[in-house]
Parts: sequence; structure tokens; C-alpha cells
Amino acid sequence: MTAATGIGARVLRTEDKRFLTGTGRYVDDLPLARATYAHFVRSPHAHAKIKSIDTSAARAMPGVVAIFTGKDIADAKVGGLICGWVVKDKHGQPHKAPPHPVMAADTVRYVGDTVAMVVANSHDEAKDAAEAIKVDYDAKPANVDLAKALDKGAPEVHPEAPGNLIYDWEIGVKADVDAAFAKAAHVTKIDIVNNRLIPNAMEPRAAAAEYDKGTGNYTLWSTSQNPHVLRLILSAFVLGIPEHKLRVIAPDVGGGFGSKIFCYNEETMVTWAASRVGRPIKWTAERSESFQTDAHGRDHVTHAELALDKDGKFLALKVETIANMGAYLSTFSTAVPTYLYATLLAGQYTTPLIYANVKAALTNTAPVDAYRGAGRPEATYVIESIVSKAAKELKMDPADLRRKNFIPSTAFPYQTPVALQYDSGNYPPIIDEAIKIADYKGFEARRAEAKSRGKLRGIGFSSYIEACGLAPSQVIGQLGGGVGQWESAQLKFNPTGNIQILTGAHSHGQGHETTFAQLISDKLGVPMDQIEVVHGDTATTPFGMGSYGSRSLAVGGSAIMKAADKIIAKGKKIAAHLMEASVADVVFENGTFKVAGTDKAVPLGQAVFAAYVPHNYPLAEIEPGMDENAFYDPANFVYPAGTQICEVEIDPETGVVEVVNHTAVDDFGNIINPMIVEGQVHGGIVQGVGQALLENAVYDKETGQLISGSYMDYTMPRADDVPSFKLGYKVTPCPHNPLGVKGCGEAGAIAAPAAVMNAVHDALAPLGVSHVPMPATPLNVWQAIHGARAAAE
Amino acid sequence: MTIPVAMTVNGKPASGKVEARTLLVQFLREHLGMTGTHVGCDTSQCGACVVHVDGRSVKSCTMLAVQAEGAKVMTIEGLAESAEKLHPMQEAFRENHALQCGFCTPGMVMSAIDMVKRHNYQLDEATVRRELEGNLCRCTGYHNIVKAILAAAPAMKSAGV
Repeated sequence: MTAATGIGARVLRTEDKRFLTGTGRYVDDLPLARATYAHFVRSPHAHAKIKSIDTSAARAMPGVVAIFTGKDIADAKVGGLICGWVVKDKHGQPHKAPPHPVMAADTVRYVGDTVAMVVANSHDEAKDAAEAIKVDYDAKPANVDLAKALDKGAPEVHPEAPGNLIYDWEIGVKADVDAAFAKAAHVTKIDIVNNRLIPNAMEPRAAAAEYDKGTGNYTLWSTSQNPHVLRLILSAFVLGIPEHKLRVIAPDVGGGFGSKIFCYNEETMVTWAASRVGRPIKWTAERSESFQTDAHGRDHVTHAELALDKDGKFLALKVETIANMGAYLSTFSTAVPTYLYATLLAGQYTTPLIYANVKAALTNTAPVDAYRGAGRPEATYVIESIVSKAAKELKMDPADLRRKNFIPSTAFPYQTPVALQYDSGNYPPIIDEAIKIADYKGFEARRAEAKSRGKLRGIGFSSYIEACGLAPSQVIGQLGGGVGQWESAQLKFNPTGNIQILTGAHSHGQGHETTFAQLISDKLGVPMDQIEVVHGDTATTPFGMGSYGSRSLAVGGSAIMKAADKIIAKGKKIAAHLMEASVADVVFENGTFKVAGTDKAVPLGQAVFAAYVPHNYPLAEIEPGMDENAFYDPANFVYPAGTQICEVEIDPETGVVEVVNHTAVDDFGNIINPMIVEGQVHGGIVQGVGQALLENAVYDKETGQLISGSYMDYTMPRADDVPSFKLGYKVTPCPHNPLGVKGCGEAGAIAAPAAVMNAVHDALAPLGVSHVPMPATPLNVWQAIHGARAAAE
Repeated sequence: MTIPVAMTVNGKPASGKVEARTLLVQFLREHLGMTGTHVGCDTSQCGACVVHVDGRSVKSCTMLAVQAEGAKVMTIEGLAESAEKLHPMQEAFRENHALQCGFCTPGMVMSAIDMVKRHNYQLDEATVRRELEGNLCRCTGYHNIVKAILAAAPAMKSAGV
């Protein structure tokens, strides 16, 4: 029974039926009696003083219920939004923390900053009234260009952060690294920009809030990846509503990719205003608002240098990065370019010395925070770009140079020079498998064939490492993180033998309702249709940290296994009583308690029933009921790793890049549902290919206007931009969690940009092109080709 | 000022009073409470709102409710024959893991059905990818959507739908 649904089986998803029949329930779908609708007035300026706001005409418009401005928020003493991760700079000082009001009172700091909220009987009426609000702005110079954001004289975004510097942070010993460089036989240098991205989950952010006057309870429905954390932030720091009086529900959520981790202005405002309006308030972002106000991703300017000895062994790596924070510090923004980036700079290699310096800068742009991969794609792009460039300079095969420097499988656990200790891994077989699947040997023939058609063909490698499954609470605390990083699970049997898995993780596309049920089906022998996974409601699920950083299975799944162990332990006592045997003699196999060497057997369902109807039950020893809780705090991160190989063809006349082959071989440890894992990899690769070739958040450098503010301007990957993918797996189980699993949610997006860009550079190398900026759009490629030609002439 | 509007939605008569500016998708979601059809953008690019109007796929965010007066509208809610028997396209999406968060899925499925019919149940990968130009998905990377549509085409033909 469990063989078809247990660990490792391609079980079709439980959640699909409702999504396929239009019966999913996303926030905007909620029917709320007497609902009102909110619309936000947003700043058209990147930086301006608000001189006055005239709401009088708007208040007289049809259907208007209420209008709130930043002054109302300030008068009500609503707290600002917080940054939950304190990064200490290189002098040991905490980062600068400028205020982040939920509604701007006197200054707006990016295009899209919230200025007023209109609440009306319909969304159209709210929008009409918003247009009638007159805001008088005094525009100020904007700080937009990241490369110049920290220059002397750059416009200051916040007076609390002089020179726009949030922190100047470092890891590693610079003098040691410099000494290694002095002895190097070869030094490779790169200057790269990790382009800014806009997450674009297909479901726009939405919030709906209701206040119950009788009980004083608030309910907030939010498109959140982590409803408990959202509630904690709103309660403890922003609104002051006690946690037990605020219920946060994240129902079906249409993708997150990081952007729905954070606590945002709009959900805060809607909750705050619900009690003042006395009716439920709904808000759903229009896509243009998502473009302007969802926390963006990436946006680094980096100079890096790699020192090698005469044989191509890496001696040291030196990295200088400026990371964009945007206009305000979003919830986890400060951690992304430090602990999720610089600590990954060893990659899969034995580089003994690494120094990284990261300066975080404020600009008059939307806040920047974690986006699928969060720091790790940026690290991978640095490492894998410089390694491929070094191979080209040394005329070495890029796979050979990587192999030469891989951490050997015998070296695990492996302490890197940048804080992390990799728990497990075996990298050479991964690249070997990728080379086989991608037919690397046949590449030169394909390149020649493409040339005969006038196309430039190139191949690129990217061997990534990822630290995910965030992670041990004590380590996170030492690094400045403001939260624990365990996960919770509750297994609640009903008397008739079916079971609810209540999890603190949250599914917004990952398929937890299936994967988590598989764990229990496998472990306890309960059929899939007797298992219900419940998530996303602070009133029903135990406090949990939610889903991000590829943590749901490694941490949340482990919590479920831990709770299942408690169920088995209790069941053994019940079964021993029923079988009149000693507990020590009872074993649990295939859903049944047995006494070894006898035909005595008690199915789990019978033990559960006895626990709820304890007529014949060891009441002196154990309590009735079958309902177990577990909290799991891991011993370490998990470290998935893999190699992607991308093959592109470029039309030199137009600069158009086509991805013609893309291979990914990953080590995710043990795999619970291969079908779901493949889907995660496919989606991740396309987000990575999107970053490499198509996507770019562009602000006008003078005015700070968002130029790529719609699907007409921001190039999302479409079906005809990508091929089908070839995937493979190698397995080294994680040694420190009960499932032996690593995370798979971000890997595709982490590795793909470097693989694609290395392929682009390989294709263009014969033309003398040494650098193409990411994204390699037709314009950027064409200019690189013609720039190289001009330089050659 | 409101305007009366009447149409057939999933085989049943549906009517209401709308503003002239009310979009078909607003009528479906807000007036009829049929929230299976989604809104993912404001520029008619994402395709989450695709429904069939008189047998053709239409972005319901790009059509006024009054323009559908008298029309036969089919939405994702009306596709399955019964709770147990899904449309072959829905079944193919499920079998091929062609959906993750489910938000783009209604539009994807409605577009895909129209695509299969317009191509007389004969499709290849390149055609499917080109035809999906008007539907965005952020989760699946399209790989399994393409696979599902290619699998559904012959299944639809043999099922006669």
C-alpha cells in the first residue's frame, strides 16, 4: 500500500484537483460580507517632500468610507516596519536602521511609496477617489545609480544613514588573502553586475482584514509565505495587537519566491484600518503595484579576483560588493548580501583563503530583499563566472579546472574559510553525470554545425553550492537573526483513524500537501486519502517559521518525522497493553504493532481508537488521545550542490541568444517525490535563464522612475524562450536530519544564470568579446560584439 | 448608472447589472462569485483570466461584461464533466505536474484547450511553446505544461471533446 505513495514515489498531487477546477481559494477570492475595498495613493516621485495632502474632494466622492494618510498613522503611534536581522559592520557596530513608516508622513523615498489609503464600497470607487486626492510634492534629487550610491555628494536617502551606507561588512582576513595574491602565478579579475529582478509571483500580493468588535479579535488574510512570523512582527513591533488577538491566515497562495516572506505596508494598513472602518477591508495589488512595491531581488555591483598557482589550484579569492537595499530595509534584507552570500563564496572548491567586503547602500528605489536563492545566486554568479574566465585565460577545460579544485568527497565535513561547515557532498560524480547527459564530448561538432548555419554556439558550466534549510537557531542568533529557525509539526489523529498533519511551513506551490502526506503514509502506513495537511492559519497550526530558503522538507519534514516517532512510541504502549505484552517486545511494521515471534498484532488504527475510547487502556501510564507535537531545530544547514551545463546559440546579426540545451544534475540528498522535485528544478532554471537573458528591473538613473514597470516592459520568460530540460540526480544523504534530505526549491535559480552567461561568453569568445553584461539581451550582446569589433579595428 | 447584462455561463443563464466599465472577469468574479478565473496583471499579458466566449479563448480582463451579452461563456469551473471526471486537459495537467501554485492554471488550461482544437488535435513542442505566448507561468518553467498539452491533444481527440 505505502510502496506506491511512500518516500520516493511519484505521487500525483493532492492539491491539484482544486486548482484545476477553479476551486482554489486565494485571498482575493474570499467572500467577505459587507466588505470595503482599499486603494493606495502612491508616490510618483523617487524622492520628495510632501508639502500637503488635500483629501477633501476625494472624501466627497461616491462610495468613499474612509481615507487615511501618513499623519493618521503617526498620530495613532503605529510602529514602523522592522528589519529582523542585525548585521554588525566590520567595526562591530550594528547596521544603520532608518525608520520605515507604513505610510509616508513627510518624505517619499521611492516611486510607489505609500502616501494615502482610500477605503470605499467598491474597488473602482476607491480608485476613482484616490485620483481626486491632491498631493503637493517638493521633488528632491534622487539617489538611483547603485554604482555611485555611496559616492560623496550622492543624494541622501535617510539622514539616519549618512552617505547612504547601511553597513560596511567583511569576512576573512584581507592581509592573508593579499599575501596569497602576491605569490600567485595567475590572477583572474571580473567586474560584474548582478541585475536587479522583480519577483512576479503570478498571484499579486493581497490582504483582507476583519475586526470583530465583540471579541476584539482581528483576522488578516494575507498572501504570506510565513503567517506566524507576519503575525509576530505585526503584534510585537508594528500594530501592538496582542498575538492571541490577531489571527493571520495565508490560504492558497499563488507563488512567492521570497517576495511574500516580508511584512509590507499594505497588509499592515488594512489590518490597522479594519477596526476603524468597522467593516472588512480587502486589497489586492494591481500588477503595476507589484512591480513598484514587491521587494525586488539581487542588484549587486561586484569586483572579484581569483589567485591561482601555476597548476590551476585556487589560492585565494577576493570580492568587493556593493549591495542595493532600496529606500527602506525590508524584513530580511541585511542578511541576504552577507550571511547568505559571502559565506557561500567557497562554492564547491578548496579555495583556502577568502576575503569579502560588502557595502550595503540605500537608494531611492523599491526595497530589495530575498528572492529565490537570496544571496546564493549572487555568490554562484561571482564564483562560476570567475572560474570559467580563469579556465579561458589558462586555456584549460572549464570542467577540468573545476574538478582540480573540488572539495574531495573524503574531506566532509568540510570547514570553509567563510564560516560554513559543509556536512556532506560528492561533487566529481555530479559534473561527470552532467557532462554525460549534456554530451559535452559532442559539443565541438555541434559548434561547427551551428557555424555552418551562421550561428555562434557556446557551452557554459555552473557548479553551485547552496546552504539552505535555514537552519540552527543558535547559529542564526549569533549572526544577528531575530528569529528561531526551527519548524513545528502536529500530528492529530481522529478517532476513526484518519490524521491531520498541522505544519508551521507554508505551501505556495511546492506541493507540501502531497509530500508531507507521503512522509506519514510511509512512516505510519496510513493511506494518502486518510491524511490531511493543514497549513497557513495561526489559529489552527502550531507556531512555525514558514517556507523560504528551501527549508520546508529539511526542517518542517523533519519535525513531522519527529512527531511521528512520538506517535509510534505512544502507540507501542497502547498496543502492548492490548496484546498483554511488554512494550520492549512490540515492533511497528507497515502500520501495525506486533509482538515479534507471535501472531499478535494491533493495527495503528485500533491503537488510535483505543486512545480516544480508552475503555481498555493503560490510563495509569499514559493519557488518552493520539495527538503529538514536535519542534525540530536542525544541527546545521543542508548543502545541496550540483552542476548545470547550458548550451546557447547566438545570432551575431541580431544578438539574439537561444538556449538550445540545458542540463542540471543535482544532489538533493534523498528525494521524497521525484515529480515534484523535477518541477522545482524546471521552474528554478527558468527563473535563472530569465535573469541571464531577459529580466531586468530598470530605474531611470536621474528621475528614479521605474521603466520596467509592466509585462510590456519587464521581460518575463515565456514558453518559447526556453527549451525542455535534461535532469539527473546524485544522492549523498544529509547526515544530520532524519530524512537525509536537502532542499531543492532554489537550486535551479542559483546555478542557471552563471551557466547561461558562461555559455554566452564561450560562444562570443571567437569574436574577442570578453564581457557581456547580464541580462544578455539582444542589445547587450550586439553591443558587446560591435564593441569588440571596434576595439579590434 | 448600471446596465443589465445576460449571458450563459457554463451552460446556465447568468445575469446582473453592471457598470459600463465592468470587465467580463469582474462580472464573473465579483458578480457571479466564480473566482476560478484569475487576474494576474493589468496589461492583458499574463493570461490567468482566459475563458472561452462562444468557443474561442478570450482574455476576460480585455472584454467588457456588456460585450458578452448573449454569449456562451465557459470558465474553468465548467470544464469537468463531474467531480470525479476531469476534462482530458485537466487530467493531463495533473498527471504531468503541469501546475504548482495553481494561479496561472485556469488560464493555461482554457488556452490549451482552444489551442488543441485550433490545431485539429495535432501539435508539436515548438507550436505549443509559440502558442503559449499569451500565458505566463512563474513556477513550472513551462516544461511540464508543454508536456501536458502534448499529452492532452490525443486524449481530447479520443474523448471527442
